[in-house]
Amino acid sequence: MNAPSRPNDYAAYPDADGRFGDYGGRYVAETLMPLVHDLDGAYTAAKNDPAFQAELTGYLTHYVGRPSPLYFAERLSKKLGARIWFKREELNHTGAHKINNCMGQILLAQRMGKTRIIAETGAGQHGVASATVCARFGLPCVVYMGAVDVERQKPNVFRMNLLGAEVRPVTSGAATLKDAMNEAMRDWVTNVSDTYYMIGTAAGPHPYPAMVRDFQSVIGAETRAQILKEEGRLPDAVVACVGGGSNAIGMFHPFLADESVRLIGVEASGHGLDTDKHAASLTGGRPGVLHGNKTYLLQDDDGQILDAHSISAGLDYPGIGPEHSWLHDVGRASYMTCTDDEALAAFHETAMLEGIIPALESAHAIAKLPEVAKQVGPDGVIVLCLSGRGDKDVGTVAAAMGLNL
Amino acid sequence: MSRIDAKFAALATEGRAAFITYIMAGDPDAATALEIMKGLPGAGADLIELGMPFSDPMAEGPTIQFAAQRSLAGGMSVTGTLDTVRAFRKDDDTTPVILMGYLNPVLNRGFETFARDAAAAGVDGLIIVDCPTEESGPLADALEPVGISLIRLVAPTTDDARLALMVRRTSGFVYYVSVAGVTGVKEADADAVAPAVARVRAASGLPVAVGFGIKTPERAAGVARVADAVVVGSVLVDEIAAAISSGSNENVTQKVLSKAAALAKAVCDARVGDA
Repeated sequence: MNAPSRPNDYAAYPDADGRFGDYGGRYVAETLMPLVHDLDGAYTAAKNDPAFQAELTGYLTHYVGRPSPLYFAERLSKKLGARIWFKREELNHTGAHKINNCMGQILLAQRMGKTRIIAETGAGQHGVASATVCARFGLPCVVYMGAVDVERQKPNVFRMNLLGAEVRPVTSGAATLKDAMNEAMRDWVTNVSDTYYMIGTAAGPHPYPAMVRDFQSVIGAETRAQILKEEGRLPDAVVACVGGGSNAIGMFHPFLADESVRLIGVEASGHGLDTDKHAASLTGGRPGVLHGNKTYLLQDDDGQILDAHSISAGLDYPGIGPEHSWLHDVGRASYMTCTDDEALAAFHETAMLEGIIPALESAHAIAKLPEVAKQVGPDGVIVLCLSGRGDKDVGTVAAAMGLNL
Repeated sequence: MSRIDAKFAALATEGRAAFITYIMAGDPDAATALEIMKGLPGAGADLIELGMPFSDPMAEGPTIQFAAQRSLAGGMSVTGTLDTVRAFRKDDDTTPVILMGYLNPVLNRGFETFARDAAAAGVDGLIIVDCPTEESGPLADALEPVGISLIRLVAPTTDDARLALMVRRTSGFVYYVSVAGVTGVKEADADAVAPAVARVRAASGLPVAVGFGIKTPERAAGVARVADAVVVGSVLVDEIAAAISSGSNENVTQKVLSKAAALAKAVCDARVGDA
C-alpha cells in the first residue's frame, strides 16, 4: 500500500474526480450521477464568476454579519497560559457557521433554476440556516431530521417551523443525522428535476466536500488576516471541532500552505473511545464508503455502519468529510478526541470565564485548549473556531446536570 | 457460456421475457430466505436477485429498508449471504444468482477476496447501487477474472453520452431503473419504458431488465412485452412483512412463492398472441 505523500499544493485538491488522495469521489446511485455532474459544472462556473462572488459577499456582509470578530479570550488565556483567540462564528445570523455555506448554496440553487430545497440536519443548526435562506429567497424547504434529534433539539425544530420549513422526522436506523442524510438522498433521487440538495457539511459526493469547504473558507481567510493584524504573525495552532468537519475545514483550508501552523481537529469520543458510544471516525474508524464519498467511518467487521454517539447532536455522525481523512493520513492536520464529560466541563467554564455560552460542538474544541496551550507555551498563539452558540443546548446541559427546565 | 447468458439465450428461443425476483438474504431469517430462494425457480423465477443487507440502504423504499433491518438484526452478513448462495447451488446449478447491495460491505471484505468467495459460492452477477461507472474500475478489475458480471443500473436521467460510457465493462444484462426514485414506491410509466429499453439495448447489445415500481401482474405483463426481463422485489418482500406483522410466520414461504407465481404467469403469458 502506498503511503500518501504530502502534496506541494493543497489548493489543487480535490482532483477532477473529486479525490483527496484516496478519499472523496462520487458514490451515488446512477439516477443521481447526472445531477452531481450538473452541480459540479454549475458550481465551477459560479466560483469563477465575479458577479456570483460579489453577490455572495454582499449577503455575507449585510445579512450574515461578516466578518465575524476575532476575540482575545483574556481570562481563559491567563488560566491556560497561552494567547487564545476565539473566531466568533456564533455571532453570525442564526448563531453558527452553517449559514456561510447555506448562503452560497442557495445562490447557486437559484442560478441552477431549482425551485425546491431539501436538507438534512443533526443539531438543527444547518436546518435552521437552510430554512432561513429559503425564507429569505422564497423557496420551499424540507428538512430531514432524525426523530431522536427532533426530540433533543426542540427549540431548533420550532425555529425551522417559524421560518416556514417543513421538518420531517426520520425514524429509520438510530434516527439521528446519518439516517436523516439517507432520507434526504431518497428524496433527491425521487425529485430529480426541481430539487436542490443543500448538504450541510463538507461531505457527500463531489463537488459537495470542495464546495462546502470553499463556502466555509471565509472563516479561515478572515482569521488569517485578523490574526496577522492583531498579533503581527501567524498562529501556532488552530483548533476546531469535527463532526462532518465543515467549520474545521473552513478554518484550516486557508492555513494549509502555512506549514508552521498546527491544524488540530477535535472529534467527539462520547462515553469514551473504549466504548461503543462515540463519534470519532478518524481515531476509532477505518476507511469505507457512505453517503457518496470514501472516507473514515465507524463500521463493524461486516462493513455495516455503526451508530455514532455524542452528547452534541451536531457531532453525532459516524463519518467525516473526505478532506479531513486525507489531511489525517498525510499528517498535515492532527485530530484529538473529547468525551461528553470534558465537553460539558468546557461548556461551563467558557460561560463562567468569558461570558460566552458555546455550542456543545464548539465546547469539544475548547476542552482541548489546555493540552494545546501546553504544546505552544505562554507566548504561543492559538485560534479556536467558536463555531456556534449554545442556546440550543441548554436543555441538554440541564438534563446532564440532573435538572428539568 | 455464463449461466446468465445461457438463460437469456434459452428465453430468446422461447420468445418470452425473463422473470427476475428479488428477495433479501436473511429476511425474515436465514433459513426461511433460503427456503424461499429454493422455491423461486419452481414458482417461475428465471433469475434470482439476492439482496445483501446494508445498514444504510439509500436507494431503497421502506419495504426493502425494513427487510435489511430484519436481516441484520438476525445476524446476516456478507459471509452469510454467500453461504445462502452456496446452499442454493447444491440443488440448482442453472438459475443465475445476482447479488445486489451497497459498496461498503464489499469494499470492507476487499474486492479480490469478495470476487473469489462469491465465484466459489456460485454467484453469477453483482449489482452495486452506490458504485457508478466512474468509481467501478477497481471492482470490475476484480470481477472480470472470476467471471462475475458487473451489472449496471441505467436510470431515466442517464443520457446517451453516459450510457455509452457505462456499457463498456458490463456483461450479462443491463438493469433499467424505470423510475427516478427509491425501490417499491412510484409506479413505472409504461409508455416511457419501451423507448428507454430500445435505447439501452441498442447502446449495450445486451438484454435489458426493467425494475423499480412493478407491483401488479398487469404492469409486469406490460413491461414483459417490451423488455427482456421484468424485475419484481418489493411486492414479494411485502408478503414477508405482512406475514410477520400478522404473527403467522408459518406460511411465509408459500405466500411469497404464490405471489411470485402469479407475477411469473403474467410475464410468461404477456407475449402470447403477439404477432
